[in-house]
Amino acid sequence: MSSPISTSDTFYNHFRRHGISRRTFLNFCGVSAATLGLAPTMAGRIAHALETKPRTPVIWLHGLECTCCSESFIRSAHPLATDVILSMISLDYDDLIMASAGHQAEAILDDIRTRYRGQYILAVEGNAPFGQDGMSCFIAGRPFHEQLKEMAADCSAVVAWGSCASWGCVQAARPNPTQATPVDEIIRDKPVIKVPGCPPIAEVMTGILTYMLTFDRLPELDRQGRPKMFYGQRIHDKCYRRPHFDAGQFVERFDDEGARKGYCLYKVGCKGPTTYNACSTVRWNNGVSFPIQSGHGCIGCSEKGFWDKEGFYQHVTDTHVFGVEANADKVGLAAVGGVGAAIGAHAAYSAYRRGKQSVDQSAGAGEQTTAKATETESQD
Amino acid sequence: MTVTTPNGFSLDNSGQRVVVDPVTRIEGHLRVEVNLDESNVIRNAVSTGTMWRGLEVILKGRDPRDAWAFTQRICGVCTGTHALTSVRAVEDALGIDIPENANSIRNLMQLTLQAQDHLVHFYHLHALDWVDVVSALKADPKATSQLAQSISPWPLSSPGYFRDIKARLTRFVESGQLGPFMNGYWGSPAYKLPPEANLMAVAHYLEALDFQKEIVKIHTVYGGKNPHPNWLVGGMPCAINVDDTGAVGAINMERLNLVSSIIDRTIEFIDQVYLPDLQAIASFYKDWTYGGGLSGQSMLSYGDIPDHANDDSEANLLLPRGAIIGGDLNTIHPVDLRDPEQIQEFVDHSWFHYADETQGLHPWDGVTEPNFQLGPNAKGSKTHIQAVDENAKYSWIKAPRWRGHAMEVGPLSRWVIGYVQGRPDFKEPVDKLLTDLGLPVTALFSTLGRTAARGLEASWAAHKMRYFQDKLVANIKAGDTATANTDHWEPRTWPKQAKGVGTTEAPRGALGHWVSIDNGKIDNYQAVVPTTWNGSPRDPAGNIGAYEAALLNTPLAKAEEPLEILRTLHSFDPCLACSTHLMSPDGSPLTEIRVR
Repeated sequence: MSSPISTSDTFYNHFRRHGISRRTFLNFCGVSAATLGLAPTMAGRIAHALETKPRTPVIWLHGLECTCCSESFIRSAHPLATDVILSMISLDYDDLIMASAGHQAEAILDDIRTRYRGQYILAVEGNAPFGQDGMSCFIAGRPFHEQLKEMAADCSAVVAWGSCASWGCVQAARPNPTQATPVDEIIRDKPVIKVPGCPPIAEVMTGILTYMLTFDRLPELDRQGRPKMFYGQRIHDKCYRRPHFDAGQFVERFDDEGARKGYCLYKVGCKGPTTYNACSTVRWNNGVSFPIQSGHGCIGCSEKGFWDKEGFYQHVTDTHVFGVEANADKVGLAAVGGVGAAIGAHAAYSAYRRGKQSVDQSAGAGEQTTAKATETESQD
Repeated sequence: MTVTTPNGFSLDNSGQRVVVDPVTRIEGHLRVEVNLDESNVIRNAVSTGTMWRGLEVILKGRDPRDAWAFTQRICGVCTGTHALTSVRAVEDALGIDIPENANSIRNLMQLTLQAQDHLVHFYHLHALDWVDVVSALKADPKATSQLAQSISPWPLSSPGYFRDIKARLTRFVESGQLGPFMNGYWGSPAYKLPPEANLMAVAHYLEALDFQKEIVKIHTVYGGKNPHPNWLVGGMPCAINVDDTGAVGAINMERLNLVSSIIDRTIEFIDQVYLPDLQAIASFYKDWTYGGGLSGQSMLSYGDIPDHANDDSEANLLLPRGAIIGGDLNTIHPVDLRDPEQIQEFVDHSWFHYADETQGLHPWDGVTEPNFQLGPNAKGSKTHIQAVDENAKYSWIKAPRWRGHAMEVGPLSRWVIGYVQGRPDFKEPVDKLLTDLGLPVTALFSTLGRTAARGLEASWAAHKMRYFQDKLVANIKAGDTATANTDHWEPRTWPKQAKGVGTTEAPRGALGHWVSIDNGKIDNYQAVVPTTWNGSPRDPAGNIGAYEAALLNTPLAKAEEPLEILRTLHSFDPCLACSTHLMSPDGSPLTEIRVR
């Protein structure tokens, strides 16, 4: 298929393809200059810019969420959030930082949808509830799911930021009182790129966005719809405390001798062995640390349904996620070879569930495969 | 028709109705409707929370040690403060004391949030209400440099620096793609800054966006990530080891040094950029005295930042606790969160159901059952609302009251209470700012007063970070490296039934969580949050909330542009994901639907 992210196209070419004359185009540039309170001479420069290379418009919608994804995004160190917003994309709608409000804000949605039909990226933070007539999240007097569907209809691709948009996250935990529904269960005719995590790592967010802009293509997704490049391995696979796991050296209680020596947090609930994310490699906040390095187990915040998988301080082997019956004590006290066998069993289990994919690509071997992800892969 | 509310405000809903939905540059989703008289002055104001997430029913039956992670996800902007409130509530219920180091680290985390959140609020959520970005294109870089150097020693202030910023901004505007600045209110007569002040503010908007990510690295050191760092019932999860094998996997000298250097840079940025900008911008808006509302009348603070661990007494709290009512600034009333007569929530104007909606409920007895319906005078339909009916139910926010009074919470409330108590670290900076601006103390009771108090508090917080980091290091030096008390970690050590309350002063104001535990599981959980107080709808007696009160009597330069409305709403720093209430265990179970 043709690239969904047409960075090589220009606004002017788009205009011409839709049968709009150059005269009308220049008139538009003049009106734009006047709207901004700029001198008429600026119209020519606006025209030049639009004839060369526009920044890809990004519409960033907020549903039921806590805004942690936006907060994470602005923490990006490379690239800096300022550079992303000023030089890489055109963040035309994001109710967290946009200057306009009310009617002036909503007018932007219509404008971008019309002018950049099929060319803008729809970034979605949060999800849409269907309880309470959909009115447990409403914007401009209407249910959020209407805004979401309308803006998805003409976008090039959907980026589902965070665990809310990807899986439902905390408001969808049992019993999901608002019937909060993840994006790919609502938008079924567009590629949906899931970037889970509560929130996702800042540099993973900007990395995925700039990948799309730089390489003019969608990232390769695993069967759950996550980019393989950042969600291809478990935190456990690359954890710097892994040697302590292999050696059977565990923190037994918080702040014990093992905790001070940086032993493995598996027995106080670490979900690193079942969580696919880049925390142990990219780390957080420009590489300063990640949860395990700061003494708390991974809570598995990028995994589907992590809120409902036992407590955060329970052993993960008790939950049978592995398909391996060994518990932490057996695994930890076993010789290295024994541990290898346990991990190998996990890998084989993953490979079985995922058919022809190799062990190396066992990224995203979760509990569910969705038709959506398969479609996305075939389109790519 | 004109009515006077019990809390003393005159409302007239006869004029033109103006709707602002969405209110942007806030956390979450908020709608505001106002009525304007023929002079475009606001005579009636209606604030509607437009989202609800139902976290409380989700918490029922869970492990109370996990509650911090759920409640932290109430809000990713004030990240950490709900988690801290939650672990305090659970520790209160279970009688768990925490080590001194855990108290210092928790305070460092909370103060880090205050400093970073206030900074981001000022530049990225609020500044565009006062700063005209397009006007900055007309600025003279040399004159901008002179202005910057006249108010601050901040080194990024040369003419060349501002020339580069101007060139970058010009390129951006000339691209025709204005991104977040599209459809702004540029050129409005409500903007008062000269081009040079606008250019300086735009430069600092960008610098602050780059710098805020540094401040939060303190959360990353002690909590592993930001947003949403990790916490622990009984203390903090980060072990301390400065001496021995394994120190590289714990809080060690390098980690302490990293935190220390971030604190130094945070103090520097806030004192040399944020505060001078705040004062410079305010000096052009001294005539814009609107937005007082409940401030100076009814203000509430729970207090926070305990100097020593395990002591919740007022004297031990570095942020003050107390209530002001009836405009009597000479009396600070004591506040007791356990007293069923003090804090109560009402729902007769909220989209919830009580058996008797004339009565309020204390949070330990709280009920949150959704009941979405519009009043008879609403315009539009249930799913396409054109105007709400404020005489009926009109918001997803409940109406909390303190002894029946609608209250304002937030930095201004904390600072007014600290000021009238005569605490020097509150009184001296306030007096200095007012003297420099040539304003009386009553000028605090305004939109600008809220914004100024937040700036002063950001500086206060940054300096207090230094205090607690030094305290932590001194305690380690004295041989105490404990960070967690796990004596009551196992549920078998807990009482069969327990109730607790935890509080913080979140960036936006007084925050409380009330928890009941039964047989090791959460039986009931209620949160009353700052934006529930400030964004409150009317109550059965007819008292209006803080947003509504603050918007009244403000003139709009242009009826079709909500700039002045945004100014006043933003001065509260609304956080709707926090405020929109959760659901009680009594809420009716809902069947799950799948959308295909």
